[in-house]
Amino acid sequence: MSEISSLTLTELVKNIKEKKLSSTEITKAFVERSQKSKELNTYITEDFSSAIEKAQKFDDKPNFDLKLPGIPIAVKDLFCTNGVRTTAGSKILNNFIPTYESTVTQNIWQQGAILLGKLNCDEFAMGSSNETSFFGNVQNPIDKNLVPGGSSGGSASALAANLTPVTIGTDTGGSIRQPASFTGTVGLKPTYGSCSRYGIVAFASSLDQAGPMSKNVKDCALLLEVMSSYDKKDSTSIDFNRSKYSLELNNNIKGKKIGIPKEYRVDDMPIEIEELWKKGIEHVKECGAELVDISLPHTNYALPTYYIVAPAEASSNLARYDGVKYGFRSHGENLIDMYEKTRSEGFGDEVKRRIMIGTYVLSSGYYDAYYLKAQKVRRLIKKDFDVVFNQVDAILTPSTPSSAFKIGEKTNDPISMYLNDIFTVPINLAGLPGISIPAGFDKNDYPLGLQIIGKAFDEQNILNIAYSIEEKINFKNKITDWWIK
Amino acid sequence: MTKNNHEFLITRKNNHYEVVIGLEVHAQIKSNSKLFSSSSTKFGAEPNTQVSLVDAAFPGMLPVINEFCVKQAIKTGIGLKAKINNKSVFDRKNYFYADLPQGYQISQYKHPIVGEGKVILDMPYGQKEIGIERLHLEQDAGKSIHDIDPENTLVDLNRSGVALMEIVSKPDLSSPEEVNIYIKKLRSIMRYLGTCDGNMQEGSLRADVNVSVKKKGEEKLGTRCEIKNVNSIKFMQMAIIYEANRQVDLLEEEKTIDQETRLFDTKKNETRSMRSKEDAHDYRYFPDPDLLPLEVTNDFIDSIKLEIPELPDEKKKRFIEKFKLTPYEATILVSDIETSKYFEEVTNNSDIKLATNWITGELFALLNEKNLEISESPISSRNLSKLINLIKNGTISGKIAKQYLK
Repeated sequence: MSEISSLTLTELVKNIKEKKLSSTEITKAFVERSQKSKELNTYITEDFSSAIEKAQKFDDKPNFDLKLPGIPIAVKDLFCTNGVRTTAGSKILNNFIPTYESTVTQNIWQQGAILLGKLNCDEFAMGSSNETSFFGNVQNPIDKNLVPGGSSGGSASALAANLTPVTIGTDTGGSIRQPASFTGTVGLKPTYGSCSRYGIVAFASSLDQAGPMSKNVKDCALLLEVMSSYDKKDSTSIDFNRSKYSLELNNNIKGKKIGIPKEYRVDDMPIEIEELWKKGIEHVKECGAELVDISLPHTNYALPTYYIVAPAEASSNLARYDGVKYGFRSHGENLIDMYEKTRSEGFGDEVKRRIMIGTYVLSSGYYDAYYLKAQKVRRLIKKDFDVVFNQVDAILTPSTPSSAFKIGEKTNDPISMYLNDIFTVPINLAGLPGISIPAGFDKNDYPLGLQIIGKAFDEQNILNIAYSIEEKINFKNKITDWWIK
Repeated sequence: MTKNNHEFLITRKNNHYEVVIGLEVHAQIKSNSKLFSSSSTKFGAEPNTQVSLVDAAFPGMLPVINEFCVKQAIKTGIGLKAKINNKSVFDRKNYFYADLPQGYQISQYKHPIVGEGKVILDMPYGQKEIGIERLHLEQDAGKSIHDIDPENTLVDLNRSGVALMEIVSKPDLSSPEEVNIYIKKLRSIMRYLGTCDGNMQEGSLRADVNVSVKKKGEEKLGTRCEIKNVNSIKFMQMAIIYEANRQVDLLEEEKTIDQETRLFDTKKNETRSMRSKEDAHDYRYFPDPDLLPLEVTNDFIDSIKLEIPELPDEKKKRFIEKFKLTPYEATILVSDIETSKYFEEVTNNSDIKLATNWITGELFALLNEKNLEISESPISSRNLSKLINLIKNGTISGKIAKQYLK
């Protein structure tokens, strides 16, 4: 048997159910590898000894009917975990220990999973490179000094480096799919309303969705199946008939119509991305799918729309971090002084930038010109998708306009950083599901991803398409374990 | 509708000024739990013992609308003969304060749950209709306590998230007395409906008072000032009189009135500027993305209509027609739901004229003297009814009956 930590979720579950491996053996394997991988800086908070205890408890009284029996999983530090520090990558929550559990993490523990620890992320999920975290940047295991993407950068890095068999992230504008693409892993953003937002530190409420990240499509389907649930505690949660994604997963996409949007052929797109896309098109064709040229005319407006809507909501969502009730507090002469010092010292630059943008676009005199207009454009973007989904079953695009970049390369150029989300953001604005799967490499052997976008609630369909492409491509990450001495 | 022939005017030299008043009443909804959480709303609990994670705005906590509070607001809207909107939207009103844990209040801004309605006032000079502009749902804030600790302000979040109805009147009120009658009528309607207990001491009913003045007969409204958060009818009246006179004095001196928010100092009996229009908060209202628009079907509204009891106006009409009461007597007897119940119980078995006189005369005097509510009356409706029958058939005299009552 190959090394435990390199097994997929599906393989681990199988081994546990067949009693070939115990939860303790598996948990210890991931803990040991995580301990040897500190240089990647993927963990903000480790919960290793507690994880091993839980694994032993599972082994004492195993329940093999569960979907994630005794499987250790590390999660993005945006999910509130009862009794385990939850920071959202920010100094302002540096000392915050929730007394409650997010619905999504509760769902995975209920199916037997065990918390390994909390993974690094951009501060309040605001970033595309994991460089805005108060806890420092994360290394991409693909290459030294390469960003893992963001905001679920710690999750993507830990997953690609085999420090956790699967992980969960959140995606507001691409925060699951972009880092998945940068690390050669699979990441899915579900339909808005599929996974409960209860207990997830909010960034932009109308866009935030939790989703699975995994090494292959099958694992992704299984994890989504466990995460997704209707939750009355989240008023935007949707009660729809959820498929048994892993059981119904198949590679038969014959006759499926797949749209290729012309607006995603952006200027200056690297030739490698262009070729990757072509290759993807060939693969789905070979699988019997039919390709349709489509147009999503408002694509160009998605990024500016996103950078009005998301900061507007964030500026209000982050108002609660004021030093009064919990989290970091700086001493002030009076209430206003305390607010100013707490928030100046507690938030990082990118978070402050977005709070200021958001406050500006909601201000009286600017509301109509920015926020209201952005809401109108958002409806047009959604309508674009509604129209094409009358003709096609899914849409195929690249996940990102480039491969992973170097740490520090874009930190002084927020606009170029924001441009990274150009292919992922429209999907959040429209509330649709999207999956990124690894599909090839650039000239440096850095992974590149393809994105499949589906109709609302049609996760099963995009998983099936991804599954069939995955089979054709047979992608293998090129990771040398360079950080393990 | 009779024309208002009993004018409230402020006079300086030869100039007569009319006062124009509009009220924004904040009425706490009678409900066991809060607008967006299941915490208790019981009054008088130990500080910070009725606070959920949602009320304290912990990370990742989300509001979930309390259906009962929605029903209560609709009920109140029906009682105000108002339009119930099938779709309303919750907005965030953003501002920082220590007793506002979210950093925003969830309220309804552009699309309230209840639209235009009306309240009829029985004034000595006839009936007057006061227009209702809207009624919307919103959360209450917590309470900052500045006088316990010498150095720190303490915060009690028990009230944080409690459901309020903000009932906005049109600027149809023209005297302190009309304000008195308006508040009492509003309170009476809500008590009949069971949607607000109207207890001003406990803060269940408070109002922001908008006051402006204009020369008599002039059409154009003057610049108004808003007096924030006044919590008794007496203080509202005092504040209006002070503020109207202040504005008249400014006009007489040919000075301009600034549109501003003012506070009423109950100790000094004066209003003071709190902030000018220029310093007004920019609340950055926007639809709360944690909540979907609130949609109520006509069936839902109709089912609530079935639960509406006979309200004071209808009851008054019935009392006049059925019992041949004078409008004055009827107004007194219906003003409080408990009084009207008591009256109907007594008249079930005894003479109406005598019952009316004994309740509005001797009984009210007795209750007043002992500072009791009618529900706490030392003599039950059944016994009063017996007493009246004894008087009626001559067994005892009125004098003896009066002695018995005492």
